Amino acid sequence: MKLLRWTPLALALLAGAGTASAQDKPDPNLARNLAATCAGCHGTGGRTVPGSAVEPLAGADSAVLMQKLRDFRSGARPATIMHQISKGYTEAQLELIAAYFAARK
Amino acid sequence: MTNRRDFLKRSLMAGGAATLPGLSGCALGTRPGGHVVVVGGGFGGATVAKYLRMWSDRGVAVTLVERNPRFISCPISNLVISGDKTLADITLGYDGLRNTWGVTVLQDEALAIDPAGRTLRLASGGTLRYDRLVLSPGVDFQFDQVPGLESEAAQRAILHAWKAGAQTVALRKQLEDMRDGGVYALTIPKAPYRCPPGPYERACLVADYLKKTKPKSKVLVLDANDEIVSKKALFTKAFEQYKGILEYRPGSELREVDAGSRTARLDFDTVRADVLNVVPPHRAGDIAARAGLKLINDRWVDIDWLSFESVSTPGVHVIGDAIFPAPTMPKSGHMANQHAKVAAAAILNLLAGQAPAPNPVVMNTCYSFVDSKNVIHVASVHQYDAEKKVVMPVPGAGGVSAAANELEGAYALSWAKNIWADMLT
Repeated sequence: MKLLRWTPLALALLAGAGTASAQDKPDPNLARNLAATCAGCHGTGGRTVPGSAVEPLAGADSAVLMQKLRDFRSGARPATIMHQISKGYTEAQLELIAAYFAARK
Repeated sequence: MTNRRDFLKRSLMAGGAATLPGLSGCALGTRPGGHVVVVGGGFGGATVAKYLRMWSDRGVAVTLVERNPRFISCPISNLVISGDKTLADITLGYDGLRNTWGVTVLQDEALAIDPAGRTLRLASGGTLRYDRLVLSPGVDFQFDQVPGLESEAAQRAILHAWKAGAQTVALRKQLEDMRDGGVYALTIPKAPYRCPPGPYERACLVADYLKKTKPKSKVLVLDANDEIVSKKALFTKAFEQYKGILEYRPGSELREVDAGSRTARLDFDTVRADVLNVVPPHRAGDIAARAGLKLINDRWVDIDWLSFESVSTPGVHVIGDAIFPAPTMPKSGHMANQHAKVAAAAILNLLAGQAPAPNPVVMNTCYSFVDSKNVIHVASVHQYDAEKKVVMPVPGAGGVSAAANELEGAYALSWAKNIWADMLT
């Protein structure tokens, strides 16, 4: 039975292989993982509770969402908090997040 | 490399037919199965339980061990103390995790871990076998560091109300019973502690309540830190609005209490209060602190930031307030919810024989009420730094409110409802 457990060596090999492949091909879960950082305020998958003052993101048009995020970053769009949070992500990360929420129903 | 036979055997070792459906009809080694046990159903534990089920298309079996029958939120609980909300407003059940997500929720207490055998022993006498264990135990208090507060009788008289529940209601009752002209004193431990802005929010909200109902009373804030730990300029401004009621004393470390006379002895001062509210120093919750995991400063669990796995104990992941924080990272419910998602993604990769993603991102938003309507925030975004092997705050991002405002009061209450739903429904 012991042989079936993950040994540190096996884990290290797996980790090494995984890191190499992560650099070679895009992580299929990257957009999902990034968008999950928004869910604390905007709800799971961008779906807010009824009556939420925070806007839902699920099903938003990705181009419109991306423009909003750019405007938050530039200061063109007034905000209480999103001008500060949007600056914490790269343009490429925001693109992934916008596309992910656009694809939610 | 792993193969189907290994997966099946490991699943069987985990002891559940429930783990097998995750293996059927999918590409080998790409879709995870197995059994994850989660200890603690707060912001971290409830979130990781839900996200493991959601992101594995219910392929991974999840058991959540929580000692309380229902979740009671620490965020918003200061509004219960001020009388603006009730305990019912911040109490939610685990039915969503059970019925919508198929999480096995056990009302039980985790007693001990056997990391070699990958089992968790429960107070009820049962034992759970796991492929991966997630500890999200929050904090436990170091009562032994406050002489006079060691006994249960003393702890009933001098409340912390730093875990929401019975203590929240009891502190509210003490404030209601306090005479007009009484003194409410709140002691704050040295950072790091759970919820950096929380004590200052509480001081403001108690002052707001007393100003409206018992205006001869006083709020004394006795801070072991040399200055306000979070949102300093904004809380300094808020304290001015309670001039004559609220007094802030930095550098006031608590040395001893006398429960009978509700007296706090500080470094240079002795304060006798009508309501004495002591937030004792704290550390990682008992199950994490006593499991033999590597701790930092003998208090907080040292974890790998790609997976939240203990650096010393394979198979055991720790999230939330119990971990040694990354630079500038607060111990907050919002941050625990973020840890949970990174840990869930990493665990699903590991169960599928893949490395955790190399680039985790977490962010934080903490809203604080300075009165029953007006709110201030602090926000930050933290991205993984591959050289430092830790998530670091993004320079130029994050920040605080320009001023306290009612709009963010509405956002704060919506934040609470949305994050509770993100954890539990």
